[in-house]
Amino acid sequence: MTRRLLLIRLVVLLTALLGTNYVVWRWLFSVNWSAWWLAVPLVVAETYSLIDSLLFGLTMWRLKDRGEPPPAPPDRTVDVFIATYNEPVDMVMTTARAALAITYPHETWILDDGNRPEMRAAAEAEGIGWITRSADWTNMPRHAKAGNLNNALLSTEGEFLLILDADQVPLPEILDRTLGYFEDEQMALVQTPQWFVNVPESDPLGSQAPLFYGPIQQGKDGWNAAFFCGSNAVIRREALMQLGVSRYAGEVEVGVHRALRTAGTVIERARKQLGPGDEGVVRALDQIQYDIGRARRELARGVALFDVTYRFQQRIAVIRRELVEADLTALQADLAVIRELEAIAGEPGEGLATLSPVALEQMAHRDWSPLGAVETVQALVDAVDVSRSDEAQPIMPLATISVTEDMATCMRLHGLGWRSAYHDEVLAHGLAPEDLSTMLTQRLRWAQGTVQVMFRENPLVQRRLTWAQRLMYFGTMWSYLSGFAAIVYIGAPVVYLTLGILPVQALSTDFFLRLVPFLIVNQLLFFIVAAGRPTWRGQQYSLALFPVWIKAFTSAFGNVFLRRDLDFAVTQKTGASDEGPRWDLIKPQLIAMGALVLAVGVGLVRLAVGQATPFGTLFNIVWVLFDLAIFSVIIRAALYRGFDPGVSPETPHGGATT
Amino acid sequence: MIEIDVHRRPDGVAVVVPKGRLNMVAAWQMKEILALLVSEGSARIVVDLEQTTFLDSSGLGALIGGLKSARQAGGDLRIARPTAEVMTVFQLTNMDKVLRPRDDVDSAFDV
Repeated sequence: MTRRLLLIRLVVLLTALLGTNYVVWRWLFSVNWSAWWLAVPLVVAETYSLIDSLLFGLTMWRLKDRGEPPPAPPDRTVDVFIATYNEPVDMVMTTARAALAITYPHETWILDDGNRPEMRAAAEAEGIGWITRSADWTNMPRHAKAGNLNNALLSTEGEFLLILDADQVPLPEILDRTLGYFEDEQMALVQTPQWFVNVPESDPLGSQAPLFYGPIQQGKDGWNAAFFCGSNAVIRREALMQLGVSRYAGEVEVGVHRALRTAGTVIERARKQLGPGDEGVVRALDQIQYDIGRARRELARGVALFDVTYRFQQRIAVIRRELVEADLTALQADLAVIRELEAIAGEPGEGLATLSPVALEQMAHRDWSPLGAVETVQALVDAVDVSRSDEAQPIMPLATISVTEDMATCMRLHGLGWRSAYHDEVLAHGLAPEDLSTMLTQRLRWAQGTVQVMFRENPLVQRRLTWAQRLMYFGTMWSYLSGFAAIVYIGAPVVYLTLGILPVQALSTDFFLRLVPFLIVNQLLFFIVAAGRPTWRGQQYSLALFPVWIKAFTSAFGNVFLRRDLDFAVTQKTGASDEGPRWDLIKPQLIAMGALVLAVGVGLVRLAVGQATPFGTLFNIVWVLFDLAIFSVIIRAALYRGFDPGVSPETPHGGATT
Repeated sequence: MIEIDVHRRPDGVAVVVPKGRLNMVAAWQMKEILALLVSEGSARIVVDLEQTTFLDSSGLGALIGGLKSARQAGGDLRIARPTAEVMTVFQLTNMDKVLRPRDDVDSAFDV
């Protein structure tokens, strides 16, 4: 173990001990129960922060600095995917040309989800592959970027894939520096940092994530939980395909069982909707119900799922044919009568038509099936099948349960026992949003995606993940809850300064002796793991964007449990707009800051007239000042007028190794 | 659900316009309407299929059934303006020879 890691572990232990000591004491001895409406939220928020700190400590415990990568083996085949939807053609082509120039042999593809002729022409003019959605996707769920990648996976064949966003310009050595890790046959994914060139040193929009693309990913890597972040990552195709196939088999099984379980209700409801002239349909429904029961019994006896569904579909085909046959028999009888009438009238020719057996077969085909008339039953019958008629492709390797496909896909790969690695070297130069509005949309999207995964596939209950892996995924989700804690941390000093109500029993020596050391070691831990990387911006934004985090939770909850729309927007990465500052976008933050400033004024008046203690007022004013320092970043963000290329930052950590 | 419009022209021809999917659950409704028209003395019927998006064997049966009753009552049933989807069914079953589709509702009984 290095001395650095030893020191980190020491401080992690100290932080955990001091933090737990403080929060336990808060719960047991210092909650001001007479003001429970304020005291309980505060102690809950503090407990939240402690758990956040413990999870951070756990992440840092096995910080893994991989250093120099193993050499890339020769003769591997690689596809470079550049995913685009509506980004400017010039921007995509800049990335594509850089991708062509990657030194390791590979093929370059532009995955154009916008299906733009001008994009295609530009790509083909320079010998770059162009892929858009196949016809299978017509009228099917598109699944945004995950769908775009899944589509391309089926029309390419390289052993490895380098995935790039349209605005992430790769360096020539990106494959040489990452492919070596895949000599480990269990390695599925190598993620490299996302670093942005169009960001000034002060980073007013908090675009760079030096702590995440660094110690946090390295810490997760130590527990074999380095995250896939959607771009600048190399993935082993076999791992993705295995994931797709195993998910397919699993989902078919779940789908069939669910359909069989609800079949009784579906058929009963369909029966009630039928009119008086539908005896034929009623008979068919009875037969289907019987066959559903049979399929259930077969499954219970342990007959293979694919055999059961095959036989079921065969029997449904018979039912369909019988329905058509009944119709056509009646029709033949009518035709015979018509022919007789024509013979009497002496009309030649027309009545010669007869029905061929071919006609019967064709009318009984799925597309023309009379069963389609009872749509719910048709859907039920379709569900007891293996073709997944509700998706464009049966195999969907990249997860489609979230607007951010990367995290869910990675978690599933880990669940299958694959490994991932984080290689801490900047190997692509990206573009970050340059205005407040776009930045807020992007953060909201990331947060929503993460929360969607938490609601749909909670990592804590994924049995095939190790406990550490579960906690690594859960930790990221947990950190987005900070929006709720922020409200408490703003509200508590405001309440004290204006109303004089204290959420703790006393601002005693005991209180400070427990709290202050914890705060100090917590900051010390940040300081040590950051090793010179800026962390203040990230700390500011984790609280200052509290309305975004809260909206992410409420909208993802609505989406997952109430099936509402997520208002999903694709992040647009062009320059800043010419309008004035968008104060309207940060109204909650401005209101919070106003309340804090006002509270200080009221607090000073209360102190002057002798209604408040000097110490309590001072302590809360310091707290307010801290809150204001945190929130000040959002003002800077609103005033930010876009990037001035004259002050481009130096590439950090290792990017200049060429 | 299907919606079936019916109106009578001054020349006594009844025009039936099924809008939507003429399938198994809609067929009995169609049958009843055609039977009612014939029993009320409107044995000359044009079925305007311009807005019919789907036809299955039951729907086809309803049309032929209507043709039979209309002929028995001394009239006729003609179909006009079938969509490509519906036309495929007529061709598959050879019924385009029995029920020759007309291009126009107004002139369906002229030839």
